Parts: sequence; C-alpha cells; structure tokens
Amino acid sequence: MKVLCFAAGFLAFAQAAQAETPVLDVLTYDSFIAEWGPGPAIEKAFEAECGCDLRFTAAGDGAALLARLQLEGAKTAADVVLGLDTNLTAAARKTGLFAAHGQTPAVDLPVTFEDAEFLPYDWGWFAFVHNKDLTAPGDFKALAASDLKIVIQDPRSSTPGLGLLMWIKAAYGADAPAIWEGLADNIVTVTPGWSEAYGMFLEGEADLVLSYTTSPAYHLIAEEDDSKAAAVFTEGNYLQVEVMGKLASSDQPDLADRFLAFMLSDAAQEVLPTTNWMYPAKVPASGLPKGFETLAKPEKSLLMTADEAEAVRATALDEWRAALAR
Amino acid sequence: MARRAGALIAAGLAALTLGPVAVVMMQAGEGMLSSADLAALRFTVVQAALSSLASVACAVPLARALARRRFPGRGLLVTALGAPFLLPVIVAVLGLLAVFGRAGVVNTALRGLGLPEVSIFGLGGVVLAHVFLNMPLATRMILQGWQAVPAERLRLAQSLGFGPRHVWQHIEVPMLRDVLPGTALAVFAICLTSFAVVLILGGGPAATTVELAIYQAVRFEFDLTRAALLALMQVGTCGLAVAVASFFALPAGFGAGLDRSADLPAPDGWRRISDAGVIALATLFLAGPLLAVALRGAPGLLALPVSVWPALAASLLVAVLAAPLAVGAALALALARAQGLGWVGPIAMLPMAGSQLVLGTGLFLLVFPFVSPATVALPVTVLVTAIMALPFAYRILAPQAQVLVTDYGRLAASLGLSGWPALRLLVLPRLRRPLGFALGLTGALAVGDLGVIALFAAEQGATLPLVISRLMGAYRMTQAAGAALLLVIAAFGLFWMCDRWGRGGTEA
Amino acid sequence: MAELRLEGFRITQDDFTLRADLALPAGGRVAVIGPSGAGKSTLLNAIAGFVPLNAGAMTWAGQRIDALPPGERPLSILFQDQNLFPHLTVAQNLGLGLDPGLRHVDWGGVNGVLDRVGLAGLGGRRPAQLSGGQQSRAALARALLRARPILLLDEPFAALGPALKAEMLALVEETAGEALVVLVTHDPADARQFAKQTVLVADGVAAAPQPTAEIFANPPPALAAYLGQ
Repeated sequence: MKVLCFAAGFLAFAQAAQAETPVLDVLTYDSFIAEWGPGPAIEKAFEAECGCDLRFTAAGDGAALLARLQLEGAKTAADVVLGLDTNLTAAARKTGLFAAHGQTPAVDLPVTFEDAEFLPYDWGWFAFVHNKDLTAPGDFKALAASDLKIVIQDPRSSTPGLGLLMWIKAAYGADAPAIWEGLADNIVTVTPGWSEAYGMFLEGEADLVLSYTTSPAYHLIAEEDDSKAAAVFTEGNYLQVEVMGKLASSDQPDLADRFLAFMLSDAAQEVLPTTNWMYPAKVPASGLPKGFETLAKPEKSLLMTADEAEAVRATALDEWRAALAR
Repeated sequence: MARRAGALIAAGLAALTLGPVAVVMMQAGEGMLSSADLAALRFTVVQAALSSLASVACAVPLARALARRRFPGRGLLVTALGAPFLLPVIVAVLGLLAVFGRAGVVNTALRGLGLPEVSIFGLGGVVLAHVFLNMPLATRMILQGWQAVPAERLRLAQSLGFGPRHVWQHIEVPMLRDVLPGTALAVFAICLTSFAVVLILGGGPAATTVELAIYQAVRFEFDLTRAALLALMQVGTCGLAVAVASFFALPAGFGAGLDRSADLPAPDGWRRISDAGVIALATLFLAGPLLAVALRGAPGLLALPVSVWPALAASLLVAVLAAPLAVGAALALALARAQGLGWVGPIAMLPMAGSQLVLGTGLFLLVFPFVSPATVALPVTVLVTAIMALPFAYRILAPQAQVLVTDYGRLAASLGLSGWPALRLLVLPRLRRPLGFALGLTGALAVGDLGVIALFAAEQGATLPLVISRLMGAYRMTQAAGAALLLVIAAFGLFWMCDRWGRGGTEA
Repeated sequence: MAELRLEGFRITQDDFTLRADLALPAGGRVAVIGPSGAGKSTLLNAIAGFVPLNAGAMTWAGQRIDALPPGERPLSILFQDQNLFPHLTVAQNLGLGLDPGLRHVDWGGVNGVLDRVGLAGLGGRRPAQLSGGQQSRAALARALLRARPILLLDEPFAALGPALKAEMLALVEETAGEALVVLVTHDPADARQFAKQTVLVADGVAAAPQPTAEIFANPPPALAAYLGQ
C-alpha cells in the first residue's frame, strides 16, 4: 500500500513537472517518425526553439491517419495533423475538426494552392519509375500500346494508387475507362501499398512502377546508384501535395500555429527532401540537395482540387474496377 | 472444473471477438453492401476453398512419407515445416517471386530453354502462395494424427499381414477422416482473411477479398457500419465452414495405446521411390523461397538501423506474454470441449475469421474514451495477438485432448485426479508434444504479427514487423530484407525451442 | 512331420539376452512359463516377427521364416489386449483375417466361425459392445479363420475369470486341430489343463520343451522358485 501511495505521488509529481513544459501532440503517418524519417530532426529543431515537448503519434499511412482522426473525433488529444494529401482533405474537412490556419506563406508549388484549413509542407509528382536502360513511354497511350509491364497500387488501400486514379481521370476525364482498359494487359499486379509495388519493381518483376519523380534521388543520394529514372508524361504528371492542419479542439492553439509556421521554415524544409524524398513546399535558402537537379521535371502538372477529387472518386473507382476486373 | 473454466474462457473470447464488431457497428455509417462486396465474397470463398483443398491435398502424401520414413535430416525438415507459416506476408511473397516471378529462377530457366514462361499472377498464384504458406502447417497437423495412431493397432495390422493398401484402408483413412476436416478448416479460415497475398498475386481488382473491402470501408469511406457488416459476413462464412467440416469429420476411435513404440511400416518398391520423391519435391518447393529470403536478407543483416533492436525486444516480449496466454486458454477450451461442452469448439475458431482491422478498431473505440491508446499498447497488443493465435493452438490441441479424455478420463476420475495434479501428472505429460508445437507456433506468430499494433503504436515500443514496414516505406528494401530475416530467425528460434521441448528432444 | 525349430536363437535388448535351441512339433500344445520379465512375451514376439533375431535361425517345416514380415509367417498371434480394431465391426474384424482389403471375404464362413466360438448373430457389433470373454472369442475366431499352422497366444485370456479362461482354453483345444499352439501363461493351472509340453523361460534361456506333468512334478530350481516351492 505504501509503495502504491508513493508511486501515485511520484506520478503526480512527474506529471506536474511535465505540465510546466507545454506539450504539442502531432498525429502523423508512420514513416514520418521513423529513425530515418524527418521526425527526429524536426522534433529536435522545433523543441530547441519552442521550449515545449513535441510528441509524434503515428498511425499507419495517410489514409489510416484520417481514419484514426475520425475514430477519435473531437476528443482527440492531437493538436496538429500532418500527412494528409489533397485526395483526402475534402473528407478531412468534412469532419469539422480542423481550424483555419490563417497563414499565407509563400510556397513554391508548380500549381497555385490555396486552402483555408490545410497548408502544404512537401509535394511530389507521381511518375512511373524505371531503370535507365529502358526507353520509357511518353504518355499513357504509348504505355498502353507497349508490352511493358507495370506494377501499381490499389486505389482502395493506398494513396499513390488513388493518385494514379485521379491522374488518369484528370488527364482523360470521360475517356479514362478506355485508358484503363488499354493498361490492363500491362499491369503485372496491383499491390495494397507503395512498398510492395516498389519492392517488386526492384526485384525485377516489372519494368515500371508507380512512384514519384523524386524516387531516383533516393537511389542516387543514399545509395550512389544512378540507374533509376522517372518518366515524364506529355499529359502532365499528377501531383501529390502533403498537407498539415490544426485541430479546432487543440489546447495549444498558439503552439500549433508556431509549429505550422516552423514546418515551412528553412530548418524543417531542409530536412524533408532527403528524409521524406519529396520536394519541399518552400525551397530553403540553401536550395535543393545536390542530386535533385538531375531529376526529371514534368512541364505540365495536374492536380484536382480537394472537392473535385472527392466528387469523382467513386465513379473513377468503379471505372477502374470494371476495366481491370476481367 | 475444466468445463467451468472452458465455458468462462469461451464466453470471454466471444465477447472479445464480437464485442468490438458490435462497437464498430454502432458507429455512424450507411452500412450498405454493394454488388462488388458480394463479388468479393464469392472470390474470397473460392480462393480460400481452393487454397485449403490444395494445401491439404499436398500435405497428406508429405505427412505420410514423413510418418513412415526415417532419413538423416528428417527432424530438421519437420521443424523447418514451421518456417513458411511464420514469414511476414510480403517477405514470403518476395521469396516466392524470386523463384516463380517474372525474374525468378523458374522463368529464367524456362527462357534459357526457349520455353514459354509461367505467370505467378492470378488465381493460380494466389493458391500457390497459400499452399506455400499453409501446406507445411497442414502437414504438421496431419503428421500428428499419424503419430497418434496407437502402436497396438499397427502391431495388429502387421500380424494380419496388412499391405500398405490395407493400412491405408483400415487405419489411415479413419485417422484422416478425423484429422483432415479440422486441418482443412484451419487453412480455409486463414486464407479467408488473407489480404495482401491475394491482392499482390491476384493481379488486380478481380482478386478482391472481403478483408480489402473492410480496409476500404474503414480507411477511405469511414463507413464503420459497413466494415462491421463485412466482418460479420466473414465470420458467417467461417461459421458455415465449421459446420461443413464437422459434418465430414468422423472420430477415428482408435482407443488407448500403452505408448509402446512401433514404427509405421515402411513399404518398399515404388512406394519407397514415391515417398522419396514427395519429400524431395516438398523440400525443394519450400526451401527455394526460404533460401531466397535468406539470400535477400543476409546483406541487410550487416546494416541494420539501431531501432531494430528495441523493436526485436518488444516483439519477443509480446510473444513471450501472448503465447502462454493463447495456449493456456486453448488448452482449457480443448479440455472443456472434450468433456462434452460442444459449443466452445466453434467459439474457439471464431477469431480466425475475425477481421483484424475491425477488431483493432473496435478495441480502439472501447479504450480511447478512457486512456490514451498508446499507454495500453502493450497489453492490447498481447491480448489481440493471443486472441488471434488461439484458434491455431486450439486446433492443434483439440484432437489429442479428446483422445486424452476418452482414454483416461474415467481412470483420472476414479483416482480423484483433478485440478492442478491432473494438469501436472496427466495433461501436461500426455499433451506435451502438441503443447510444445502450439506454444512455438503461437509465439512465432506473435513475433511476426503486425496485427492491430499500428493503431495503438506509440512513438516508442514499435514492434519488428512495424519497423520492417517502415523501412520498406522509406525505400530501404535491403535493410527491410535484413530485418525480415532477423524476424524470421527470431520467430523460428522461438518456434524451434518450444517445439523441441514438446518433442522431448526426440525425433518427431 | 513339420516342426517349429529355433536354432542358435539369440535376442539382445540392452542388458537382456534370451537364447533358445528348441523344436516344437505340429499339432503340439505347448505352454511357455517362467518368472515375470524372463522373456516369455519376447520369445513369442520374436516368433511372430515383431522382435528381430540377433543371431540364429527360425524354421517351420524346414523353411526359414525369420526374415518374413509378421503377416506372411505361417502363424496367427493373439496379444494380451487390443486384438480387435475398435472402429470396425466384429464381422469386419474377422474378415480382415481372410482379406485385409475386405473385398474377397466369404461372409458365410465368417458367420460359421462366429457360430463355432459362440458369437452367432453378434457380427454386426463393435468390439466395445462385447464383453471381455466375447472379445476373446472374436479374436480367436479370426485366428481360426486364418487357419495358419501355428497359433501363438500371449496370455490373451488373462483378464478373464478362471471359469471363462478354462472355457476359452477348451475352445482353443477343440478348434485348433492340427495347429501348433504355443501359450504364454503365468498360471501353472493353464499349463496343466492345456499343454502336454512346457517350455521354461528363465535366466536368459528358453529351455527345450518337457512334458508338462514331469516338469511340475520335478521342477528345476528356477521354476520351483517361481512356483514358491
């Protein structure tokens, strides 16, 4: 009993001591907080300037993150959500859990991006990645006409998969089903997530894999391997914009605002390209890391607004299923 | 005593499996099932039934050959049969691709010979992968049936001059009627909820399972009612399978033996050659992808990130806590079932058909209003892992618990042997072999299980499967392969130790 | 006349050894008696083919039989227990003696033998539905159906009461005809009732058979000790 009282007292003391430092809870996806992800460096840098305790909670990938937030609802302990993409923001907005950020930072995105609740922190072009010794097709039609093998992700379980769905829809609209039908015999398989698809590509199971134009940068910078390239399509490449938002229920609204601003500062933006392997939303003063200049740059960028994406998703999914389910 | 404990555990298990589904069901959502969901159900059942039949059809000749042949390395092979089942799905799939994929050994050889290539993608590939993952487990379960045939029966058969055909007719067929339906059911249930294998190797949306529809409902549509409905549909299918299996199952009723030792007759001639062929083929089929996993992982083993080690410790901790919990509960259920409490049998199989995602979501909803999910990550993980592993332990223990009670129940009762002494003097020694196997299997499963951990994961305390998935998600395929190999070694080591204890250091 | 001959017969198991040099004639009624653990059952199991010989030879009518598998030896054996398959009917259990595939079975003959051993009409039952005495009769009936020239009995009636056991031995005597019957027993009364000759197994040796009356009238020291004299 004595031990219990002591323990309880100690706990209360420990909590009181902690309460003096404000805590900012950030809900994010899994790979953000990994040892090799941006999380550790960002936590260190932000804590150094905010006099607070930054705590990350991870919940699978972007889609799982949104599901987690919906499960928790207004009772969530999170102050900031980081890691949704524009295909998910409409659903996220619908929860009514997010507060307006009220910030107007200058960002370097290839398209204009305005959103009252969500701020971008990094972005990338979806692209088919291949080995350099392969002559990549220049558009979807050429890909469909070729006998090249591709591996893609399932739009029902993966955000890149959903991105490809939107890409073809944005580029071809009503003709999207025909493109999917043309691609059907090129698709080796459809994987549940990005990692399985990318892993299979690296093992030689496919000629191309749906990934990002920045993927070759990982191999180049981290592995000193310049054998990978990304294909630029004449229809334009679809964008993935990763965003963050502040929760209305936050008990640290000021700190949350500071964190959103910090994420767009050089200190954070410098970390992202070589940990998240995406383009920083705002190019830091030091510029992009060496190696990024070698990456393919699409001239045309496609992106549906959050509302457009939400509106066409169900139809696009049915078309996709009908075209491939044979 | 055992009946009351069994009833209590069964009630708790039912509450823990169905309660979360009910909680999820009560959330907002439209809960409409679409025609695509029904198509998914159809495909799910077809692939699970084919996978189950194929696994069992391959397992019978292999188990038979292993039961009646003695050769160097046999013990190793029997133990290694535990390995494929323990592989994380994506690791197993990459291993299979290294052999059967476009750039795999088989197709490279076919190309070299100028022959047409074979594709692993499609229904055939799904079944192939499920056979690779589950046939070894089925073999172990069936092999136990062979080993449980009392020596007295074999002696009698020999004295009557039974040839191999007659041993098959009078001993092996009755044994298989007893053992096969349960084994097939277990494989069916595993394949029913299999999701990544089906999707990766299925080749496209035609190969959509109910579990994927659940994923979609939870993650993109946040239609939890629909997710719960789908989960119930899955449980219902499994319930139907339980009914079918128990319709076909016939207790062999071999009666008690006195543990006299006798080897199965090992017939000569073409049977010897075919047994050798079966063993060689199975070894090749299983060893190929495993070897690929080892070769892929070996370079990464030297460059593992530091976060792998605490993750390994966390995974082992979960295993060490969850395995005895699962096996203890399964034993109580198996004994209660053997003593006539029939209704606990189907309940023990219930978690196998449950959707992990729905179970985890339900538990999350239950826990979240009271405590931060991250603070209860360990107990929840242990509990869920134990629940998920319990059906396997139960399947392994049930047949022999039945034999134990039938053969020695009266003797034990007449001696007033009950409670702890009965457990120590009768149950543990008589069931040591299946207990060791069950402990090893559940422990290893716990090491390799990603399960619901993701929903509860804290900043600290990630398990090894989670770290592997993070590594893969960050392009670090080599390190991921290394960590996966580490996981396989840890899981297999745990399995080996428990299994060896069960076999009392002797050959199986 | 045919005989079962053991020559230079030796079995070694750990620190146990059993030797024998003896011959048992066709039609004989032989008891095997001796202290518990001396190797009576081992002797019988070796003749039946369940224990391999370490040395020596075993012949029946001049033919080597020690390399044959149990089912091909010219003999039937009844064990102490577990002589019937519990999942098959009595008639099926008997039918196994004629054809292990149960395809070419003369079911009339099966019923005839059931009649002879007093089990008429019980062919459709499972062993568990029979009394102990009836189970013994069923096992014996199968041995009779197989009609092999040697019948080995490894205390198969030990669990029956004295009257029932005597009845069974009388039934064996009545039905065995020209077969050599070898009976392992620990009960001198069985030997006296049933066997004209007795083999004493003691001190690692199975001795040559002697007339039963003689050996009990003038027992060697090992037998005397066993009998408590």
